[in-house]
This record gives sequence, structure tokens and C-alpha cells, in this order.
Amino acid sequence: MNRRTVLAMVTGALLLSACTGTGGSSKGADAKAPDDPSKVTGTIKVLTVRTDLVQNGTMKKYAAEFNKTYPKVKVEFEALTNYEAEVKIRMNTENYGDVLLIPAVIKKNDYPKFFASLGTQEERGKKYRFTDFTTVDGKVYGQSPNGVMPGFVYNKRVWREAGITDWPTTPAEFVTALKAIKSRTDATPYYTNFAAQWPLTSWTYVNGSVHCDTRATTKLAEGDPWAEGADLRVGDQLLYDMVREGLVEKDPTTTNWEESKPRLAKGELATQWLGTWAIVQFQDAAKQAGVNPDDIGFMPFPTAQADGKFCSTVSPDYNQAVNVHSQHKEAARAWIDWFTDKSTYVEDNLAISPLKDASLPGVLKPYEDAGVKLIEVDDAKGAEVKLIDDQSEVGIYKPEYRQDLIDLARGATDGSLDGFLAGLSKKWTEAQQTVGS
Amino acid sequence: MTDTTEKAAAFRATAGAAPAAPAPAPPRARVLRTVTPWLFLIAPLALLITFTYAPIANMVAYSFTDWDGVSPELHYTGVVNYAEIFTREDLFQVFFVSGYYLAASVVQIVAALYFATVLSFNVRFRNFFKGVLFFPYLINGVAIGFVFLYFFQDGGTLDSLLSLLGHHTDHAWLGTSTSANTSLAGVSVWRYMGLNFVLFLGAIQSIPGELYEAAELDGANRWHQFRHIIAPSIKPVISLTVILSISGSLSVFEIPYIMTGGATGTETFVIQTIKLAFQFNKTGLASAAAVVLLLIILAVTWLQRRLVPDDKVDLV
Repeated sequence: MNRRTVLAMVTGALLLSACTGTGGSSKGADAKAPDDPSKVTGTIKVLTVRTDLVQNGTMKKYAAEFNKTYPKVKVEFEALTNYEAEVKIRMNTENYGDVLLIPAVIKKNDYPKFFASLGTQEERGKKYRFTDFTTVDGKVYGQSPNGVMPGFVYNKRVWREAGITDWPTTPAEFVTALKAIKSRTDATPYYTNFAAQWPLTSWTYVNGSVHCDTRATTKLAEGDPWAEGADLRVGDQLLYDMVREGLVEKDPTTTNWEESKPRLAKGELATQWLGTWAIVQFQDAAKQAGVNPDDIGFMPFPTAQADGKFCSTVSPDYNQAVNVHSQHKEAARAWIDWFTDKSTYVEDNLAISPLKDASLPGVLKPYEDAGVKLIEVDDAKGAEVKLIDDQSEVGIYKPEYRQDLIDLARGATDGSLDGFLAGLSKKWTEAQQTVGS
Repeated sequence: MTDTTEKAAAFRATAGAAPAAPAPAPPRARVLRTVTPWLFLIAPLALLITFTYAPIANMVAYSFTDWDGVSPELHYTGVVNYAEIFTREDLFQVFFVSGYYLAASVVQIVAALYFATVLSFNVRFRNFFKGVLFFPYLINGVAIGFVFLYFFQDGGTLDSLLSLLGHHTDHAWLGTSTSANTSLAGVSVWRYMGLNFVLFLGAIQSIPGELYEAAELDGANRWHQFRHIIAPSIKPVISLTVILSISGSLSVFEIPYIMTGGATGTETFVIQTIKLAFQFNKTGLASAAAVVLLLIILAVTWLQRRLVPDDKVDLV
């Protein structure tokens, strides 16, 4: 046998082993809630994205509180900075913690292969919000500890100084308001966070708010998201207009997310489209910068419905789930239940509770006063939308297309908005056909 | 001259030893003799296969599937991924960006050659300048990306430097595609010139000093010395550098990925591959793209070797 044949054989053998490397599959399992808290034992590892909370010991405090009810369970935390990418690779093995956050990459139909069920939707749906986001065949596989709502984080003082006291009710009115800020104050009216990239993906969450439609996600799956008047188009048009009119920072390519927090708190920046999750971070930044944290305000997307009321969507944050391969499913389930129902996580983060009977956090009082209608978008077609998104490479949940939109608006690339959005529509509708078949 | 005599002496020594080689060894010893080198090789070979060839084989295998990178199920799809790569124009357009880096690497090689030549002669503060030139290569790419992000910021280091010199600019350095790519290619030159410089300097210093002396006696100036002594003798190193530069330009990654993330027309083929694999979960297609890039680089290298054959350098 000469050297080449040996080499070819070795390569061939490796190829074969490579192909069979990911052949394993497992049947579904249930993570039942324990009957007697004092009898649950085991050490569980909880994966989280909250690097900050693990580092400053907050998670340990939650664990200590948890141990008062479940004394024999030891909880360990592992915070991952680049959560999606790292967990994705670990999920090729069986070793991805006992409790983890369901990464976006996992297809919904694969949930039973990776996670243990928490119960039927029928039963959990009575108590919890967002159950349909993780339901496969009537069984729920995850539970988010908090809900989030998209909206503009803004500096109330700057907006007041510009003479605007009421929330704009149309995108055009919003642009006029930003123009007033530009001419009457020193603040940059809107900050894109172009360089940090991920904040731009928030713009996809205008979906549902614009027409106060719970079937908005289904429409993404079945229709053209950039048709005239469609939710995403209205959002993209607003972003385009703001950049086009020069109402954003001078050089978007070198923006800085961490700096943007104190700058907005101090009134150097007036507005950013983010979500409720950001409020607490901006308030902290205000405290650190020595300015009034109450200046941080939050407002809905500027489309008042026919009755003059605003509309906003509430959706789950990362859903916590139990690893189907976990040796301590009861303990893991106990943690999820406790963290969702009993912990102070929601209050600490000024977030929206996942419990149906809970009230809104204080910071959203203006929403209650204004009678903003909160809706949950039906997620039955959510998995299909993700598939279309990947297949078409449009990336509505990825920053790239909004970056292209901003480049277009500020004249760094040539073309018209209509042409750009028509290109997206074409890719999207083509992918719809291949995914559907 | 001492060098050659030593070599000759060494040659004689080995030649003398040859006839004294042991008579045909017993079978056991013969087996041992064939096995021993392989025993020594086990450790490096195992490492090489586990960490280099097995992953590559894996990647090639994935390139024939529709795997999304995480699902337990994957389907064999044949050459569909390759067909997609070669039929989708947009996937190849990113190679235009490599043009900027290719142009930059010409600048880089010329500058490196210039500095290496100058510093190979007796210059004041020679070692200091060597350090200054090589230093950027020692900083890791991520740090460089962040440093230059501040450098190019509106009102950042570059702007303040220019205004100190009396030139007030309002230019957004990363603002347009041309400007951004040029800026990024500039950073790349700054970073990699040190490496080229050291390679050239090492090669130049291995040229025997007598040659310069002889050339000077014959009345050759510095340019003549470079043209007829230095350039021909370091030709293999230059051609290696050119190959590395071309393959480097085709697979630029760190600097644009960290600084712009591929926005504003700075997306390179590797960034695009990463996006396919980790944003759009098309691991199969991305693996195929990686294989294609590998093949392109091999082809370019082969072509370059054919056009500029690597002849033996013979100065004397």
C-alpha cells in the first residue's frame, strides 16, 4: 500500500465517523414539579446570559433564597458572554447544564429532543403568559421569567425642553418631534447604535404594535412584510426617515453602546428604540453619572389606533428550560418554578411579570395612564418565520439589513428605499415557497 | 570563505564514517529501526490528525449536508451547496473587497522591503527601529480592532492629529464603502508589515557580508547592491510573502469583523461564511464556502508557483 492509499483511507474513515457523529437522538421526557420541597436533592447547573448578575453575586442571593424552600438542592451558575454561539456548540453533546435558556437556533419541533416538558399548555396557560412560544404538540417546554415590551427609551427632560409633552401619534409626528429636539436642544435626537449591531434588531419588534394585531407573526409567515403599510415597512420607513433627515448621530459607524447609556441619561442623546429590559440599565447609568434616573422615560411606537389609544406587544425574554439529559430534573424544575413565581427577579429588573394576574411595574405607570393596550402576538407561526428568515438570508432578527437600511438612508450606498425593500420582499417571498413545500 | 571550508570538512567526516556502517542487522533490530521513527511520530501525528485533519474532514463532510449546526438530524444533499455557491452572484461579490487588501499588501511588501534593506545596513538606533516596526504584529488582533475603532471615530485620534497639523476634517472614516475599506486595509498594513519586515530582514542578514564589500570595491551604490545582491538572494522569501499576502487578502477576517462587523460594504468572504453558519444556521452551505475558499487559495498558490518558479538561488 503506498502512502496515498493510506492517506485516502484515513480520510475516508474520518469522513464516515464525522457523518455519524451527530446521529444520536432522544425521546422526550417530563420534568415534573416535586411534591415535597425538602426531599429534592442534587446539584444543578443553571446557564444564563446575565454575566453581570453572576459577577456581582445577585444570582447567588437568589440561590440562597431558593435554598430556604429547597434546602438540599445546590445551584451553580454559569454565565456565558456569547450565549447563542457557545450553547449552540454545547448542545451537540448532552452536557449543556440542567437549566438553560432556549437558544434561538433550536427549531421548535426539536424542543422535545433537547428539553424536558414542563406540562401541558392547557394547564400552564391558565397561570402563565407566553406559553405558546414554547409549546410543541400541546406540551410546554420553557418558561420565561419575565416579559419584555419594545419601545423608545427617551430622556424626558430633553423632550420637555423641546416642547413636546405628549407622545407622538404617527411616525410623521415623531419625526417632527425629533426635528424640534434638534433645533431647540443640544441633544442628538436619535441614536442608532449602528456599530453595536444587535440593538438594531429591536426594530423587528415593531411587529404587532403598528396595527395592534395579534396575528402579526402569522402575517410575516404568509404575507409580504414590506408591503405598503405592513408593520415592518412602517418601522423601517421611520428609521429611514430619521436617518435621512439627519436626526441621528453624525457618524453611525463608530457608535458605542455602553457610552450611549450615560449619554442618554445626561441628555446628550434624546431617544433610542429598545425595550423595557433597557430601562433599568439606563436608570443605573443615570445614577452613576449623578443625574436624575426619573428622567428616563419609555414610550410606545408612534401609531395610535382608531380609538386614539396606543398598542404595544408583550413577548417573553429567553425561556428557561430543563435539559432532557439532566440527572436532576425535579430539582431543575423546582428552580424554574421558584425563579418564575417566587423570586424578586421581575421587580429587580422593572420587568413585566410572566404571571397572568400580576400588575405592571411602576415605571410603566404612564402606560396605564394612557391606556396603552398590551397584546401578546400569537406565536404559532414563529418557527416558520425563523425558517424563512434563515432560508432567505434576509435576517429580520439579525442586524445586517437594518445596517444596510441606515447606509442607504445616509447616502453611503446608492439606491432607493423602495428598491431596497422590494429586494427584501422578493427574497422573503421566494423563501416562503421553498419552506412551505 | 571559512564557511565553505567547514562544510567541506564536515562532508569529509561523514563520507569517512559511511563505510564503517554496521553490517546487516539482526531482524529484531531491523524492525525496531523501522518502528522507532514512527513511535516518535505518534504524539505529533495524533495531535495533527485530531486537531487539524479530522476537523477539516468533518467540515468537508458537512459541506455535503443541509446541517443547521445543532439539530440532531442532517440530510445528505450531494453537491447542492456547491451548486448554490457557484450560481449565486452575491456570494462572490465580496471578493471585490479583497482587492483593497491586495492593493494594501503591495504597499505593505514594498514598505517592508524598504525598511528591511535600510535597517540591514549600519544605521543609528537600528534595534530601536526594528522593535518599533515589529511591535504592531505582537498586539493581538482584537485589541488592534478596538484601538483603531477609537482612532477612526468622529473626533477621535486621527481627527485630532490632523487638526493639530492644521487640517480640520469632517470625514467619517468608516462612513462610506471606499473610505471604510481603505481605512481597514491601512490598519492591516500597519499590523502585518512588521512580520514581512522581519522575514525580509532575516533573509537579508544571511547574505555574506563579503559580497557587499566586493560590490563596493566595484563601485556599486546602495541601489545596485539592492538590485543585484539583495533582491535575487531573498527571492524565495519574497515569493513566499506574496503567496501569504494573496491568501491573506482573500481570507481577511479579524480587523473588519471587529471594527465594522462587515457593515457598509466591508464584508469579506470569511465574514460572509461566518454569517451563513452562525446567523442563518446554514452550516452545510458555510462549510462548502470554506472548502471553496481553500480551493481558491490552493489554486492561486499553484498558479503563482507556475508563473514564478522557485529556482535555486546561486549568488557566487
